[in-house]
This record gives sequence, structure tokens and C-alpha cells, in this order.
Amino acid sequence: MYQFNYHRPKTLDEAVKALAGADDPKLLAGGQTLIPTLKQRLAMPSDLVDIGSLTDLRYIKAEGDALTIGAGTKHADVAASADVMTHNPALARLADNIGDPAVRHMGTLGGSIANNDPAADYPGACLGLDAKIHTTKRLIEADEFFTGMFETALEDDEIIKEVTFPHPEKAAYMKFANPASRYAMVGVFVSKGPWGIRVAVTGAGQDGVFRASEMEAALEKNWSPDAVANVKISPDGLNTDMHGSAEYRAHLITVMAKRAVEAAG
Amino acid sequence: MTAEISETGIGKPARRKEDFRFITGNGHYTDDINRPHQTHASFLRSPHAHARIRSIDISDAEKAEGVLAVFTGQDIARDELGGLICGWTVTSKDGEPMKVGPHPVLALDTVRYVGDHVAMVVAETREQAEAAAELIDVDYDALPAAVSLASCQNGDAPQVHPEAPRNTCFEWELGNKAETEAAFSKAARIVSLDLENNRLIPNAMEPRAAIGEFDKGTGDYTLWTTSQNPHVARLVLSAFVGVAPEHKLRVIAPDVGGGFGSKIFIYSEETACAWASAKVGRPIKWTGNRSEAFLSDAHGRDHLSKAELALDADGKMLGLRVKTVANLGAYLSTFSAAVPTYLYGTLLSGQYDLPAIHVEVDGVYTHTAPVDAYRGAGRPEATYLIERIAETAAREIGMDPAEFRRKNFVREFPHQTPVIMNYDIGNYEASLDAALEAIDYKGFPARRAEAESRGKLRGIGFSTYIEACGLAPSAAVGSLGAGVGLWESAEVRVNPTGNIDVLTGSHSHGQGHETTFAQLVSSRLGVPLDDVEIVHGDTDKVQFGMGTYGSRSGAVGMSAISRALDKIEAKAKKIAAHLMEAAVEDIVFENGTFTVQGTDKSMAWAELSLAAYTAHGFAGSDLEPGLKEGAFYDPTNFTFPAGCHICEVEIDPDTGVTKIANFVAVDDFGTIINPMIVEGQVHGGIAQGVGQALLEHGVYDPESGQLVTGSYMDYCMPRADDLPSFRLGFTTTECPSNPLGMKGCGEAGAIASPPAIINAVTDALNIREIAMPATPARVWAALQARQPRAAAE
Amino acid sequence: MSVVAMTVNGKSVSADVEPRTLLVTYIRDTLGLTGTHIGCDTSQCGACVVHVDGKAVKSCTMLAAQAEGAEVTTVEGLAQDGELHPVQKAFREHHGLQCGYCTPGMIMTAVDLIRRKPDLDEETVREQLEGNICRCTGYHNIVKAILAASNEMR
Repeated sequence: MYQFNYHRPKTLDEAVKALAGADDPKLLAGGQTLIPTLKQRLAMPSDLVDIGSLTDLRYIKAEGDALTIGAGTKHADVAASADVMTHNPALARLADNIGDPAVRHMGTLGGSIANNDPAADYPGACLGLDAKIHTTKRLIEADEFFTGMFETALEDDEIIKEVTFPHPEKAAYMKFANPASRYAMVGVFVSKGPWGIRVAVTGAGQDGVFRASEMEAALEKNWSPDAVANVKISPDGLNTDMHGSAEYRAHLITVMAKRAVEAAG
Repeated sequence: MTAEISETGIGKPARRKEDFRFITGNGHYTDDINRPHQTHASFLRSPHAHARIRSIDISDAEKAEGVLAVFTGQDIARDELGGLICGWTVTSKDGEPMKVGPHPVLALDTVRYVGDHVAMVVAETREQAEAAAELIDVDYDALPAAVSLASCQNGDAPQVHPEAPRNTCFEWELGNKAETEAAFSKAARIVSLDLENNRLIPNAMEPRAAIGEFDKGTGDYTLWTTSQNPHVARLVLSAFVGVAPEHKLRVIAPDVGGGFGSKIFIYSEETACAWASAKVGRPIKWTGNRSEAFLSDAHGRDHLSKAELALDADGKMLGLRVKTVANLGAYLSTFSAAVPTYLYGTLLSGQYDLPAIHVEVDGVYTHTAPVDAYRGAGRPEATYLIERIAETAAREIGMDPAEFRRKNFVREFPHQTPVIMNYDIGNYEASLDAALEAIDYKGFPARRAEAESRGKLRGIGFSTYIEACGLAPSAAVGSLGAGVGLWESAEVRVNPTGNIDVLTGSHSHGQGHETTFAQLVSSRLGVPLDDVEIVHGDTDKVQFGMGTYGSRSGAVGMSAISRALDKIEAKAKKIAAHLMEAAVEDIVFENGTFTVQGTDKSMAWAELSLAAYTAHGFAGSDLEPGLKEGAFYDPTNFTFPAGCHICEVEIDPDTGVTKIANFVAVDDFGTIINPMIVEGQVHGGIAQGVGQALLEHGVYDPESGQLVTGSYMDYCMPRADDLPSFRLGFTTTECPSNPLGMKGCGEAGAIASPPAIINAVTDALNIREIAMPATPARVWAALQARQPRAAAE
Repeated sequence: MSVVAMTVNGKSVSADVEPRTLLVTYIRDTLGLTGTHIGCDTSQCGACVVHVDGKAVKSCTMLAAQAEGAEVTTVEGLAQDGELHPVQKAFREHHGLQCGYCTPGMIMTAVDLIRRKPDLDEETVREQLEGNICRCTGYHNIVKAILAASNEMR
């Protein structure tokens, strides 16, 4: 690891100031992606601004017809939350299946979506549930937030505060994990709610999470596993590597979508 | 015998003596050791698979903070150190010795694989050493690389070593060629199969590490290192590399966190740490990280084979013809030449009465990490080949695979195969029958139908395997090219208070020797298990030893202890006879007590031990004081563990995911000292076999030679949820060629299981062949292009 | 350099370390508690698992500074008053370890697992061990040991 300056702000404002005052800072939330990256000497930030201990970013609120989850909330907290389990069990199960138990004790919602790893799970939930991402500057719709592999709409000095997930009528997430890394090789989040129907695919795409509009259209007509089972996804733009071809990933999207609709009921 | 000892005697599942330190965090692995004033090393590795080094500029690195020294291959050459060696010479079929390219500790003018060692930085801290290594400026002339095993012998392939044209190190053969041709010419049917035995990366959980220390006052070197065989390391470092004379070099292998073969070998890093510690004048520590382990630990397997089996009209095997290309990587590692030859070709008869076998093996260089022994070493490749072709043959002639094997089993012992081995004893039908029973073979069709009703494809596969273990009779291996003998030594030191230190040349890195070896001594001498200390892994304590690999510690290492115990008992009886004024022949030693037959005169063990050291009563006898004996045991034959593994898989045709639904292993290991530990060895071996069959694959980019599977992100290690609980059974034929009747158990699981799994997968998919690892993507692709296997005519 | 203080195995500790110091480095090198191991560099093997404020975390994927003020328990702190923890006992009783290298992380993960999920079955144990790699045991006896300890502690 290269040397860096370490900051542990006590408030969000202090964190914003620390970001602004540094040459090439990085936010450290749970660190479950950033620290391995630093260890491999793949990044050389001048400063780390540790927001992992900001308790005012760590909460789950069930208000009205939505859940609002603080960006610093750990995956384990989301998985174990009775509110999440009641209103959005698909989200609780997704969180309970990110990484491994130790990773879930550290990793945060905000860290996961800010990083927008193309194989991460939460971007699927955000896009699949029409989530609203509240930052220190503005509200960003999930549709606008994820802009490409490891790319988001966030500005350099912008910090995610919380994410609002409207309650779905039906939702489920099915992940086909990469056998080695256990990251999503294909993850499909399906939902039905006030926003209509959404099918968000993570893991498979070269540009990160995306919506499978042809599946959404099929489910609009007929919300049933069979409706998506016949929708073939084009392998164009999907990843190919030693773990599977783009064709295989395309096929898995259909299989996972079908299983997700089954699970959503 | 006391109740306590009867609970820990031979055949009892004594709980392990070594566990306390490991479960409380008090083990002492190499990286846990810190020496006063120690420095830290980092190695700069080649980013290219093949490049000429035009120049290396170390000036910035030398000036970096905390840096004490930077060494390159030229520094080592100036000291006239030798290179790393291969301790086994294979002779090609034309009589020429294998063609060996030099293996410098640090590269001289050429790098030959990604991860090859270019320079060593020594600094005050590890971070400083790593940072400085990045400042070394190497001017590389990158060259095309020979990466693909299939094409590396082509005339236009880039050359790894000028000494080895067509990248061919040896062209070896074994067996009776003329008889094999004759068998094929009269065959009613010939079954052929092209097989790949996938490259594996061993991945002991403890990465390799070393600390070199030089004592300026005495000129003595000490090397702590993660070794399975510290004496072999010392021998190579002194006799061949020339770091220090043997008596001035102490090698200590403390707690070692798994080896699986990868820690047999002598590598550049520990060599450089020992050598440079004298240059720097301070201890030098290096601890590899996992990425370095992927790049530069010796890999395993990596064969391409064509196999042909000749059958008569009744399904009796007549002959086997095999052509294999075995990847050796860029340099020969310590035992690499032996693995695809004498540990492979010699096992191709399997459990079968196969009158004619001819095998040709080309050992080839590629621009990849060296390939050497990995759990099973050659025997898994042989077993995979014979068990895959046996199953395929059975299917193609429409015979039940179990019955086909039964028909062809060796039934009379000793049995001389056409490929050197003389099987001393076995009962293959017994393990097959026990396994069929355990898996409920008769119930399989119903289970398959039930799976089908759930949309799953269920298959069953067999592996009736044999291995040659207890490595190895010295004269035999010497005649086949080994540079060392493969006996083992032991020394039993009885202390005056009656407790016992046993020094062994075997090395435990997970096998539980501190317990099983003590069980032998405890039950022989009638002392509690806790009164026996097993000492290993230090060349200053143990005089010499060949270490642990090849499932040899029980059959060879414990046999040496047994021989030493014979001598202890003989001397103790002499002492007892003298002190109790009786004839030696009248002394009976039982349950730790010496009695004079037919009298009430007796001496307890502790009493006799003390008497041996006080020697007060020895006047007038020719007895020497003390009670300490050593033995060197050289086995008279290999041992032949064998058994039957049966696997049932269930495949999800939608995703291609294979789940192991049922796994039964019935093994014949001869005498078992501690069934709990033996079962643990089998579990671990099977898990590695499952890894090979379904999950693990060391992959290089065929053009650039970059290691694609350089971390756990891409190299798929078996996790708990990839595996089932295993069902084990044992049948026993005692090995006649060692005093304890032991055969060895460390490698069986890894040797036996892959073909059982792949036979089950191909059965489920109704296809002829699928390459290992049968990943979900490959299984799915196979389903898309399903070519049903040739139906029985 | 900056001072990082925490409580490790019930003792207050404090040391001046570089910000980039990992918690595992602090534990192993600064405190000399070498029971916690390092087996990979991609946060997957779990040999380094310790408890921070009662929760299992990978100490190789956390800066020491992130644990400022925290209560840390390592494998060395598991036995109480010389009495082994039931999970430690079960690993020995059921031969849940061979080379011992993954064992401390495996045990710390198991203790956390049993605390979170008192009613364990084999499938759950296997799933929950996703972040801990063992190369020796094939997990068979690890799973057995964890189930046994979980029963014992119920």
C-alpha cells in the first residue's frame, strides 16, 4: 500500500471539507473494495476520508411507502432489519448474500453503489426498485446514477447520504455467482411496483448494471416466469471471460429472471 | 496396558497433540518468527512471459528510503553460486539424458515466465522493500512466448531453452511396445480418448516464507523456511547451489501451513534470503503474498494425452497405448522430471490385469511457471486416464462399469505389471463391493428418475484406483534416475525419567505426525501419549531425513521409528536382564514392564530408563550407559493403496451447475494407526479432487503468457458449499513389505476422485468427454452441443 | 504516523503506526499476536478473521485506524480463564483442523456464526463459510465441529 493521509471526520460536513481540502482523496466507507485495491497498489490516493464510523449515516427508516437507508448502513444491518424484511424482503435477501459474513459486517450500501462495481449486487436493487439516491448535493434517480463500469453520476466532492427504496408489490433478486470470486456473474432483480415493472441486470454487462427492457415489456403483458423464460437476451455488450461466454451470460440472464419472477410470486 | 494408553493405541482415534497450539493461536509458522535486527526482502518479478533483459538499473532503488541492498542475477553469478536443480534425471528413449536449461536463482539475461525472479531488494521494512522494487528500471526486450502445451513442440514455437530443441526436455517411454502393438492388432475393439489433465495451482493456505540469518562469528547460516523436507533443502543449497557447506547451514521448517507438494521444492526466494543474509549482515525475512504464490509456486498436473485401450470380444483388456505431453514449465523444478514419468507411467495398469502397456511421454518446456509434484503427483494423471477410458470402454461395449472393472481386476498377488510395478497385495473386489453397497448402486435408477422429475440430470461415476506410495526403495529409484535415496531415518531418545523424544526425518505440515507417531511409540513402550515428543523439521536436531510427500511418512517414516524401537527394546531387555540377573531370552516386555519369565521379578519402564542413565549397576557387563537408538529404514517395495470411489452428481441443465449429490470412498490403506486422522486426509484429498474436476484451473493467456488465474478472484478454490459431506469406508489388506503393514493415505483422495466425478458428469450429460474442470459454463456448452456418446451396438 | 488505540482481548493497547497499517499488521507485528494469519490478498480466504465490537471482520481488509477505540478479539482472546471456548474444543474433538493455518479465522468465523444463528444446519454452515478457505480438511470435519459446538452452546 502507498502512503496516504487519514482523516476520520465526525460529521458529514467535516467529511465534505476534508474531501475538498485534499489533492486526490478517496472516501473510505466499509473499505471492502477499496482496501484490497490499495493493498494491490492499484490506487494511490493522497488522502482517505473515513466515513465508516459516522453513525448519522447508519439507519434504516420505514416511512410512508418507502424504506430509507443511510449510506453507511452495513449489509448485515440491512439483512437483519425487520423493517426491510417486512417491506422489501428481496432487498434483505440481496444484502444477506453480498460477499461473505465478514464482508457484510463492514461493507456499506453507499460504498457499494458509489463504487458501481459491475459485479456488485446493490446497483441491481437500486435500478430494479427505482431507488432515489440522496447525496450531499442533490437527489439522483437510480436511472441516472449508474453511468458505466465503476462510473457514477457522483461528483468528486459529493457524498451519498441515503437511498430511498419505494416498497415493491413484488420483487426478487436471483444471483448466479462467479464460482471463483463469488461476485455476481449474472444478477437479476425483478420488481413490480408504483413504477411499473423493472428488470435490472448486474454482473453481466460490460458497462455495469442495465435494465432488460424486452423482459420488462414481456412482464408488463404477463407477470409470470414463463413470460421471461422465452425472452432471449442478446450477448452483445455482455462480458466474456474464462468463467463464461457472453452467450452463456445471456442465457443465465433469462434463467435468473425466470427464477426471480418465480420467487417474487 | 493402562486404560489411557488403550484409548490412544494403534487403531484408535486419539485426538491430536498438536491441536492445542493451533486452536489457541500459538502455532509458530515461519512468518510468526521475527529475528533481532531483521530486514525484509521483496522480489521484483518479470511482467513478461519471455524477454531478454537488456539492462537493469538499480540506482534509484538503492537510494530509496530504508533500502540496504539490491541484488540481481549478476551479483549471484559473481559469487559463483549454482542454479536450482532437478534431482531426478530422466533418460529419453534414444538413450540421451534429459535436456536441462539452467535455472538461475535470479534471472541473468532472460526471463522465462511471468513471475520469474529478476531482482531482490532488502530494506528495513517490507513496505520499503516493495516500494523500492518498483523503482528498479529493467529494460526488457519482450519476445514471443511458447505458452500452449499443444503447440510448444512445433518447429516455429519460441524456444524456452537453447539446450532443448522443440522445447522438448525428454521423450521417454515405458512398457512393452511390441506386445502392445500385437495386442492392438488382435483387439476386437479399440476405445480411444483424448484427455487433458488441467493445470492446478497448489494453494497451501500458508504462503511460502523464509528467514535467512548469518552468524558472523561462526560462519553458520540458519534458514527458517516453509519446507516439507528441510534436509533436502539443506542438501540442495549446500551441495548444488553452494550457499554454505552442509555443516554450516541449519534449515528449520517450523509449523508449516500445508504443502501438498508445493513446499518440497527449493525455490529462489529462500535461497536468496540465505545467501544475502551474509551480504547484508542481518537476518532477511521474506513472506510471499498470495499473488506471488500463484505466480511462482510450482504448479501441478498439465498433461495432454491420447489413450487407447484394446479389448477382446468379451470385454477383457488386452493392451493400453498412451501418448502424453507433459508441461514442465519454464525450468525444471526439484522433482519435476520424475512426476510425469516414473510417478505416472508406472501406474497406468491401474487395478487391471493388463498384459501390454506402452506409454510415451514428452516432457516439454513452456514459458509458464515450473510444474512439479502436487498432491498425488503423476498418479492422479495416470488414474484419471485409466479410469476415464475404463468407464468409456464399459459404456461403449454396453457393460455395467462396475462389472467391467470386476472382469479385469488383478486377483493374484504379487502381480507384475508391464510398467515396473509389482503389486504386493490388494483386494480390489472387496473395496468395489463395499462402495457399491454404501452408495446403494441398485437404487441409482430410482434416484436418477426422481432427479429427472425435478428437471435435474443425475449421473454416477466410478474410480477403482491404485497408487504407488511409500516412496520409495532407494535402489529402485536410483536405477530410475533419482539423485537421492528415499529411505527415512528415526532416532528414539529415552530420557532418564522415562519419557521419550523421537526424532524423525518426516515432516508434518498438517498430517498429524506428532500424534500418530507418538501413538506407535506409546503403544510399543507402554508409556502415555503425552510422554512422547515428536521432533522434526530442524536439521540441527534430526540428523537426516527425506521429508514428507508421496504418502511416505507412515509406511517409511514410521517404519524407521519401528526399527529404532526394536533396537531400544533389545537394549532395554539387555539392561533388564543384567539388572535382574536373568538371561535376555527370559525377559518379557509388555505394557511398559520388564519381567523375568516365570518369576515375580520386574522393572517398570521408568525404573529401567533411569537405570540406563545412572549406569550404577552396569559394572562387569558390556552394557553402554544410555538408551538411545537410531534406524534408517529403506523400503523393499512401493506400497499400493487402492480402493473405489463412487460419485453421484446432479446437474442443473438450466445453469450447468454440477452438485455432488453423493460421494463414497472405500480405501485400503493397510494398517491404520489413527482412523480419525486418516479420514481427515481422505476428506482433504477428495476436496482437492473435486477442485480439479469441477472448479480449479490454472490458465495462462495463450498469447501473452500472463497468468489469468492469478488470484482467488479467478482461480476457483473449493469452498464449503461446493462440497458435500463424504462417506468413507475401509477395507484392509496389510502391506507385506513394511513392519507396520501400512500403505499410506495422504494422496488417495486427490488421486481417486477426479475420474469418478467426471465419469458421473459425462454419465449425467450422456456425453463422451468433458474437459476438467467441468465448470457450469462448460457443462452448459456441452449441453448445447450434446453429442451423445456412441451407443452400444 | 499517528497513535491508534483500541482494546484487544480485554487489554487497552496503543501504538504509533502509519495510517496505511492494516489491522492484521497491527495485531501481528505491533502486538505480536501471531495467531491471526494472512492467507490471501483479495479478502477471500478468511485466515485473518477477528471480532471487532463483537462482529467477525477480515482484519486484512481494515485499517488499524478504522478500529480506533474498538473492542477487538483475536483467537488468542477466545479462551477464558484457561478454559477453551466450545468452538475451540469442538475443532479439536472433531478433527476440524490439519495444518492449522486457516484455523484461527475459521474458529472466529464459527463463533460469530453461532452467535448470529443459534439454530444451524449443515447447509447453513456451508453457506456461511463462504469467506473462509481451508485447503486441508475438505471442510467435512469443520462443518461437523461447528454443528457440534452449536449444539453444545444451545
